[in-house]
Amino acid sequence: MFKIIAKEKLTPVIDCLRVEAPALAKKAKAGQFVIIRVDEVGERIPLTLADWDAKEGTITLVAMEVGTSTRKLGLLKAGDVLTNLVGPLGLPSDIEKFGTVVCVGGGVGIAPIHPIARSLRQAGNKVISIIGARNKDLLFWEDKMKKVSDELIVTTDDGSYAAKGLVTEPLKAKLEGGKIDRVIAIGPAVMMKFCSLTTKPFNVPTIVSLNSIMVDGTGMCGCCRISVGGKTKFACVDGPDFDGHQVDWNIAFDRQKVYLKEEKESLDRWESCQCSK
Amino acid sequence: MEEKPKSKINLNRVEMPRQDPKVRAHNYKEVALGYTDDMVKEEASRCIQCPKRMCVSGCPVNVDIPEFIKAVREGDMPEAVRILKSKNALPAICGRVCPQETQCEEVCTLSKKKAPIAIGRIERYVADWDLGNKEKRSPTQLPPPTGKKVAVIGSGPAGLVCAADLAKMGHKVTMYEALHTAGGVLMYGIPEFRLPKKVVQAEVDYVKSLGVDVQLDSVMGKLATVDELLANEFNAVFLGTGAGLPMFLDIPGENLNGVYSANEFLTRVNLMKAYLFPDYDTPIKVGKKVAVIGGGNVAMDSARCALRLGAEEVYIVYRRSRTELPARHEEVENAEEEGIIFKFLTNPKQIIGDDKSWVKSMECYQMELGEPDASGRRRPVIKPGSEFMMDVDVVVVALGTTPNPLIPSTTKGLDITKHGTVVADEQTGKTVKDRVWAGGDVVTGAATVISAMGAGKRAAASIDAFLTK
Ligand SMILES: Cc1cc2nc3c(=O)[nH]c(=O)nc-3n(C[C@H](O)[C@H](O)[C@H](O)COP(=O)(O)OP(=O)(O)OC[C@H]3O[C@@H](n4cnc5c(N)ncnc54)[C@H](O)[C@@H]3O)c2cc1C
Ligand SMILES: Cc1cc2nc3c(=O)[nH]c(=O)nc-3n(C[C@H](O)[C@H](O)[C@H](O)COP(=O)(O)OP(=O)(O)OC[C@H]3O[C@@H](n4cnc5c(N)ncnc54)[C@H](O)[C@@H]3O)c2cc1C
Ligand code: SF4
Ligand code: FES
Repeated sequence: MFKIIAKEKLTPVIDCLRVEAPALAKKAKAGQFVIIRVDEVGERIPLTLADWDAKEGTITLVAMEVGTSTRKLGLLKAGDVLTNLVGPLGLPSDIEKFGTVVCVGGGVGIAPIHPIARSLRQAGNKVISIIGARNKDLLFWEDKMKKVSDELIVTTDDGSYAAKGLVTEPLKAKLEGGKIDRVIAIGPAVMMKFCSLTTKPFNVPTIVSLNSIMVDGTGMCGCCRISVGGKTKFACVDGPDFDGHQVDWNIAFDRQKVYLKEEKESLDRWESCQCSK
Repeated sequence: MEEKPKSKINLNRVEMPRQDPKVRAHNYKEVALGYTDDMVKEEASRCIQCPKRMCVSGCPVNVDIPEFIKAVREGDMPEAVRILKSKNALPAICGRVCPQETQCEEVCTLSKKKAPIAIGRIERYVADWDLGNKEKRSPTQLPPPTGKKVAVIGSGPAGLVCAADLAKMGHKVTMYEALHTAGGVLMYGIPEFRLPKKVVQAEVDYVKSLGVDVQLDSVMGKLATVDELLANEFNAVFLGTGAGLPMFLDIPGENLNGVYSANEFLTRVNLMKAYLFPDYDTPIKVGKKVAVIGGGNVAMDSARCALRLGAEEVYIVYRRSRTELPARHEEVENAEEEGIIFKFLTNPKQIIGDDKSWVKSMECYQMELGEPDASGRRRPVIKPGSEFMMDVDVVVVALGTTPNPLIPSTTKGLDITKHGTVVADEQTGKTVKDRVWAGGDVVTGAATVISAMGAGKRAAASIDAFLTK
């Protein structure tokens, strides 16, 4: 059982939880993730380490409420516990001195891009961050991102805050504007695909963090498999970071849709149970 | 030399009652129901107590079989339990899943008459009696603590037995398990209808009762490396991490929606209880027509799970013939009775998807058996021009597994074979790395519960000798 120390809503549908996990906090590295189960009947779901504090022995998770597990998570309060929490899983992001890097975070992807931007900056890179959300209400951590970036650009799809448009627009402008050595893009799969397409003509190495469906997260089931450069890879152990120019996006998209029907059934049922309570 | 038939020998092996195939194909309750008191007495009394004790030599851990059978015949269950458990720590599990027909029962003297003693069934009866009469057990006397600490990584049969034995020798044991439930393949792989999870849980609870600290949700190599464990806290480490990495076929279409590794399929069903979806949150896709590729226990289990999940037709697609099937005979029989369709001498060429990337069919080759290969079995070869289509919507790949590289890749100084297994001494389980032992599937590659258990036991003895030296 893992105790929740603090919980806040970053947006109406995005929750931030600080959880007690001392051994894990000591080992956490930017780019890694954990798998949690909210309760005894719960699914195992992966969430990226958005932050951690080795001294305090805690980790921070940021989750968007999209289905049964994340909705259940949203109901938990400080003092409650997560039934299971395992990690750190996956390979850490490559952190080196590349030069100038652009970190793109879309939607809930702002949370996982944060520690990566911070580590890259600590490693001596010039960090330009671009964060975007559908609208103002869905935007969070602007201040935190500012602290770890040399330059921060904010976009909203509907223009309700900052620049109107998609994150790919300022990304393209930056690529045209000067030498960029590396791009890291984290967010919805479509966004990562379009960031990769944007950087391709400029030949800038582009890293994406794939969010395939997972079960164990240790390489044991193959559920998370994807195709990169024509080879099958397991996102949980070979990734989650991959070369965005090599990812077969069609397979990645298709495999995310395997359980659409069941996910809806599960959520409908959970919602009707919640109502009758 | 032909033996003279002895008139007194009873060759009527007592059948074990099983659920009706038509009924059991739709439920998860245990298929084999176990002997009644009368049945076990009758079967035990068939044993002729041969002085040669062939059965004992056929048992990987040399259980004193004639002796425990004698105790059963005399109705002395506590004594039968004592004899059985002195060599086999997990009899309720082994009685259910050991391939007895290739071990003790194969070499049983009565096997020549095609009526070997049903040693496994008697074993199961004794073990279940023990589980049902726990209160009569005398509590295990633990020796005074030695002050030595051992980390056991993995909670499958190898880890469980190693941890239990070390605890009984007075060492402080911490057992680390990556998943949220202890038991290894016994929990996530072998289905409820073959090995009820409460039987496994009882064994895990017993190990805990010996003072073993079970740490779930702990992926070693990530949370801490073996070297860190050795440096910080532990005097020795045992690796019982199994062979959990699934193999795929490497044919076109393998990443289509609806293609599962057997590990994923079985983990969703057994560990995550997808058969109870939506009461449990984890879903599974079953499809109407399921093809399971492979011929081992894992393939049988996957096929029988698919059937129970509601598939209309379930095929086992196996590239050799019936005689080469590596699965336990009893499970092949069970599968057939339940209506699983066997496609022998068949091997997939590619999996074909529809416009939404879901499996819609599988193209296969017809095979024939050629020259024997390294394993001594005849090698299947493709019959030219034999391609044909199978209409299926889910494919489960059950081709075997290899060890997870997580520990090898994060531990300095282990000797790893090209198959990814850890090299360890057969007798002691000692690896080439100082203070590190290993046993079970991680050393042998995918094998059996009893061999993993035996390895855990031998390693515990060797670790104890090292710690008390
Ligand atoms: C490595 C990794 C890191 C992630 N980090 C974050 C994060 O930091 N914050 C965040 O909000 N989300 C993150 N996700 C996505 C998150 O895991 C899913 O949103 C979550 O599992 C949805 O579960 P649900 O029951 O609420 O919704 P569901 O109704 O089950 O699913 C909604 C959608 O989520 C995806 N999904 C469903 N089950 C899983 C599963 N077991 N594993 C992965 N994806 C699944 C599917 O594409 C599905 O269509 C990450 C995913 C991966 C693989
Ligand atoms: C579906 C199926 C059916 C089978 N049927 C039979 C049968 O009928 N009869 C029979 O005799 N055998 C059968 N087997 C084989 C048998 O189950 C195995 O040989 C046996 O379980 C091996 O035991 P083990 O202790 O070596 O490993 P496992 O049982 O594989 O346990 C290893 C454990 O280690 C954990 N682990 C791995 N890496 C780490 C890590 N880095 N950190 C922490 N924990 C880790 C795993 O999560 C797992 O729980 C079957 C196997 C399968 C998959
Ligand atoms: S070989 Fe068979 S008959 Fe002989 S003692 Fe063993 S179980 Fe009994
Ligand atoms: S989630 Fe099971 S192998 Fe990656």
